[in-house]
Amino acid sequence: MLKSHRRRDSHMDPSEAIGKPSAKPRRRSRLSRRAVRSVLPWIVIIAIFVLWEIAVRAFEIEQFVLPAPTAIFAAGWEWRAEMLDNAWQTLMTTVVGFSFAVIFGLIGGVLFGSSTLIYDGFYPALVGFNSIPKVAVIPILVIWFGIGTVPAIVTAFLISFFPILVNVAAGIATVEPELKDVLRALGAKRWQIVQKVGLPRSMPYFFASLKVAITFAFVGSIVAETVAANKGIGNLMLVASSRFEVPLAFAGLLVTSIMGIGMYLVAEFMERRTTGWATRGVDAMGALRG
Amino acid sequence: MNFVELNRVSVRYGEDGEGTLALEDATLAVAAGEFVAVVGPSGCGKSTLMKAVTGLWPPTAGTVAVNGQEVAGPLSIVGMAFQNPTLLPWRNTLDNVMLPLEIVQPHCSRLRREQSAYIAKARDLLALVGLKGFEDRFPWELSGGMQQRASLCRALIHDPSLLMLDEPFAALDMFTREELWIALQDVWLARRPTVILVTHDLREAVFLADRVLVMSARPGRVIAERTINLERPRRLDTTYEPSSVAIIHELREHIGAARSGDGAERG
Ligand SMILES: Nc1ncnc2c1ncn2[C@@H]1O[C@H](COP(=O)(O)OP(=O)(O)OP(=O)(O)O)[C@@H](O)[C@H]1O
Ligand SMILES: [Mg+2]
Repeated sequence: MLKSHRRRDSHMDPSEAIGKPSAKPRRRSRLSRRAVRSVLPWIVIIAIFVLWEIAVRAFEIEQFVLPAPTAIFAAGWEWRAEMLDNAWQTLMTTVVGFSFAVIFGLIGGVLFGSSTLIYDGFYPALVGFNSIPKVAVIPILVIWFGIGTVPAIVTAFLISFFPILVNVAAGIATVEPELKDVLRALGAKRWQIVQKVGLPRSMPYFFASLKVAITFAFVGSIVAETVAANKGIGNLMLVASSRFEVPLAFAGLLVTSIMGIGMYLVAEFMERRTTGWATRGVDAMGALRG
Repeated sequence: MNFVELNRVSVRYGEDGEGTLALEDATLAVAAGEFVAVVGPSGCGKSTLMKAVTGLWPPTAGTVAVNGQEVAGPLSIVGMAFQNPTLLPWRNTLDNVMLPLEIVQPHCSRLRREQSAYIAKARDLLALVGLKGFEDRFPWELSGGMQQRASLCRALIHDPSLLMLDEPFAALDMFTREELWIALQDVWLARRPTVILVTHDLREAVFLADRVLVMSARPGRVIAERTINLERPRRLDTTYEPSSVAIIHELREHIGAARSGDGAERG
């Protein structure tokens, strides 16, 4: 896949070189627009914090209602050791639960996508199970596993494996019938079709679902931590708010969202590295049809 | 010897005898190494015929035999190409062409040991259809015609004794199409597989085939056949010579009859 990236770059170069003499100013403006696009999110975030700070000071809002960003940062800094410790705990919980979700989502997706019998038989039950709010399951998990890390891991798993399974299954089930015929007429067994075509084909769906699933897993572990744990960011926020240390609770929220963004970016990075062909392939197919 | 034999084959889609009757009492025979073209009105069951021959769709009645053996499930050696090139977008041209080698025995088990020999073979084949230098390109970097060439190579790489082509050139412009006719003729003359080609283009049928079968409107049946004794290798000019033009007119009349027969049946 690395090769494909390099190839594409080298493919792009000549056309840009041709357009160069006349299009020089345009290129520069395009470049600066790219620069704007990369700093814009930061500007927005900083602007939000600045407005927030101004609003809190101007209207003299009580700290236990809405703390100012400076107070939140200060609290976060003051409790940085606990913050890091609990954030690490949450991260591990999420990653473990999410890893199980990836494994079982992939296996389940392959089974559901390649066998209509399994699909017809199990899908309704699975949909029914998935529509149970996972928060409602946490007390039961506590009965089974006790207060601690395990319920949070299980919640993260339960909440994030369904989107993975559905997407992988969809990728495998929608292999073009003609391509299937080509392979079957070569004597390919069903698992060979899955291996050669179904799985690679479902990878873009898979990675798209990872972005959703990692966020879900994160939500799952934090919710479980607020209900049924004695560690983790969720637990820290619960304890902080019960002690009316509102800035600390907000600092927890801040760390949570930073971790969420980080994990999303990791998923997106993996997606781009492994399935760059997908967007190109779609382009090409669209161009052919049009 | 007949390589492919269909004896009163009927195919009905759907269950309980209620679905579309796509083929009815289709009987035909194709000799080993023969190039046969199948023409007929749209929706008359040509693709269904291909599926029946390759064992991808079991006939409702009648028997299909390939190479002297009755077809019970999908055959395992057939090269197929369709109107849609169906290349895998994550593989480059060379790897796309080599896909069958990863599935078909004995190549499958030899592939790793004799990889360089197989790669050389795939490159030769690509060069034969004019894709030299595009081995490392990905499908989206190829034009439609080039993708179709690669798809043809994929159908040929494992030296299939039976080649099933379902309107492989239908989506191409006339010049590309004619180039590919020549490429296909070259490959066929060099390797002599048995070919069944479905097409809507009578010039294509006359240029490529030893024999043209005309099918009736649905439910499909072979209603006429025409042997084409033009000398090989044929040139594109040949298709404009009076002898070819006469055959094309003759075939056109058969198809016209088949289509109006369709109307009479419905009316
Ligand atoms: N998988 C299927 N299930 C149900 N009906 C089908 C199926 N495939 C084809 N048919 C029906 O069978 C008939 C013949 O279809 P077929 O694809 O064999 O026609 P064709 O001669 O290849 O047509 P064309 O020239 O347009 O490609 C059509 O009426 C079609 O609706
Ligand atoms: Mg067809």
